[in-house]
Amino acid sequence: MTRIATVAATVLGKLTLLALRAIGRRGNALPGLVVEKLFPRYLARVMAALPEGVVVVTGTNGKTTTTKMVATVLGERLRVLTNDTGSNFVRGAITATVEHASWTGALPFDVAVFELDEAWAVRFVAAVAPRHCLLLNVMRDQLDRFGEIDTTAELLGKVAAATTGNVVLNRDDPRVAALAARTSAQVSYYGVAAGLREIFPNDEELYGGPVHVSQLPAAVELQALPGPDHPPATIRIAGTDHDVVLRAEGPHNAQNACGAAALGLALGLDAATVLTGLAKVSPAFGRGQAFTVDGRRVVLQLVKNPAGFRQVLRTVETERPDAVVVAINDDYADGRDVSWLWDVDFAPLAAVRARRTTSGTRAADMAVRLHYDDIEVDEIQPDLEKAVRAAVEHVPPTGRVTVFSTYTAMWALHAVLQRIGEAHR
Amino acid sequence: MRALRLVHLYPREMNIYGDTGNVVVLRKRLQWRALPVEVCPVSIGDPLPNDADILLGGGGQDAAQGEIGADFAARGAQLRAMADDGVVMLTICGSYQMLGHEFVTQEGRRIAGVGVLDVVTHGQHERLIGNNYVDTPDAGRLVGYENHSGLTTLGPGVRALGTTQPGRGNNGKDGTEGAVRGNVIGTYLHGPVLAKSPRFADDLLRRAYSRRGVDVELAPLDDALPELAARVAAGRPR
Repeated sequence: MTRIATVAATVLGKLTLLALRAIGRRGNALPGLVVEKLFPRYLARVMAALPEGVVVVTGTNGKTTTTKMVATVLGERLRVLTNDTGSNFVRGAITATVEHASWTGALPFDVAVFELDEAWAVRFVAAVAPRHCLLLNVMRDQLDRFGEIDTTAELLGKVAAATTGNVVLNRDDPRVAALAARTSAQVSYYGVAAGLREIFPNDEELYGGPVHVSQLPAAVELQALPGPDHPPATIRIAGTDHDVVLRAEGPHNAQNACGAAALGLALGLDAATVLTGLAKVSPAFGRGQAFTVDGRRVVLQLVKNPAGFRQVLRTVETERPDAVVVAINDDYADGRDVSWLWDVDFAPLAAVRARRTTSGTRAADMAVRLHYDDIEVDEIQPDLEKAVRAAVEHVPPTGRVTVFSTYTAMWALHAVLQRIGEAHR
Repeated sequence: MRALRLVHLYPREMNIYGDTGNVVVLRKRLQWRALPVEVCPVSIGDPLPNDADILLGGGGQDAAQGEIGADFAARGAQLRAMADDGVVMLTICGSYQMLGHEFVTQEGRRIAGVGVLDVVTHGQHERLIGNNYVDTPDAGRLVGYENHSGLTTLGPGVRALGTTQPGRGNNGKDGTEGAVRGNVIGTYLHGPVLAKSPRFADDLLRRAYSRRGVDVELAPLDDALPELAARVAAGRPR
């Protein structure tokens, strides 16, 4: 691919983006798709010019927020290009690239940090060998698409194999830790202290029994979670404990912060720089994002699978919402199969005194699920906007609403909340 | 009255499609009626209680099916005796396949089942995936979700659980779904199937009591929610 082709690809991508913006579309995917089809070697060529190469972040849960963490941490020392829209197919990475390139095709960055969907990560690494990767976890998700959990682990194995520099692995997920054998890159691990392991069950551990405690050494280890008496998370780096206040809440984000920190260390950043970066990370789109609607605080939490839902449910213990809305859609991007709701333990919802609504195309299914846990549902309202408006109206003027939502419902609700309220910065 | 004993087979290994919800549903429908119930999880190597009233098994990863294969096969004689004795069994997907005579993989490898159900399953590449409902003569419409790559053929020793219009069912060819022999039922319906099929759930409980010779009136429950969810789900795209 010639320099002229690179310029042509960039201009084409940028024009597509401008055209979409002109008609009021987000355009996170189409410009990349157009460039991918017409200039299939564009991405490989421009990525090869980055001095620090490409970092790929993938896994089932926590990709978007962790990518933001990695980009922010590396941003302390490097100029970072990232796809921060959650558009995590190859086309999303290309869109981000053309958007941030100059019109002459130049890419004024040191490193690219891309969140990639597990299947698309394999397509990506076939075209562009990543210098580094961070592999988070393999959980049951979208089985209507991937079929099995082991299939997903195999996909991540291909990413590890293609990586040339550093591979950072979650040592507490046995399927991920095992991928060390698949790569000739430098491997390091992150993890949580043995006493915290039961808070992060893998799919086999959802029904009790002993949890797997890894003996692998962790470059970064989570020592303590934030609590009401101690807001920071405690993170151990090279034998020293550090407190860091994370703006992205929930145990899963503390765990993912360790992964982002381990990647920063692997790239040669010192502990102080890594921690400074982590403290700056705000929640990603729809992942614990807060809005104000008529004085009420409304928090939007994305849920996709049993392990992730269990993690974010724990946020009600600190958030103490006055109303909870659970919005379950079953469009393709959500997963058509809603069976997984039965592998979520809804005890945290039973413990909080809140008005409860189920919403989305599978509002009734969700209500049945709660019914069988003896958790009363006050309203079944398939219409997302009506459900959230009613929740806001039913809580006190300074009250709190937490909305748990599947992917497509989250996009719709995000638009509603931006229209009727104001996003927190 | 002695508690109804539910045996949950391989809760750790065969759990990936939410079938554990079938245990939740049966237990709750007994508890709501103040009828005593015990749930007994049985994993690899655990003894299988002989006095089980209802045995529930779910779907798992193909690899997990390999791990539990030997353990399951070793229980063959006991499972056949329990089936002959009228123990109620609801087996989903992988557990259903293993109750059959054998599973023949795509490569032609034969994995022996326990032969409780007169069915044979052939592995293939394509997965049969999607929303599904099944109309049955005994328990009305069952609503759930199918996700399997094995094609199951019924022999003369079983009858189909029901027929499916929207789904692919046992094999994508003959319109049948599931298999029944006495009180033993196999099906590909996840969902979990009992969540949105309350009549079917109570039918299983009645069979278990009737086998014990216990005369129990199952008090009616308010099933408006599961019935609503069943109607909504049956109308969703595949």
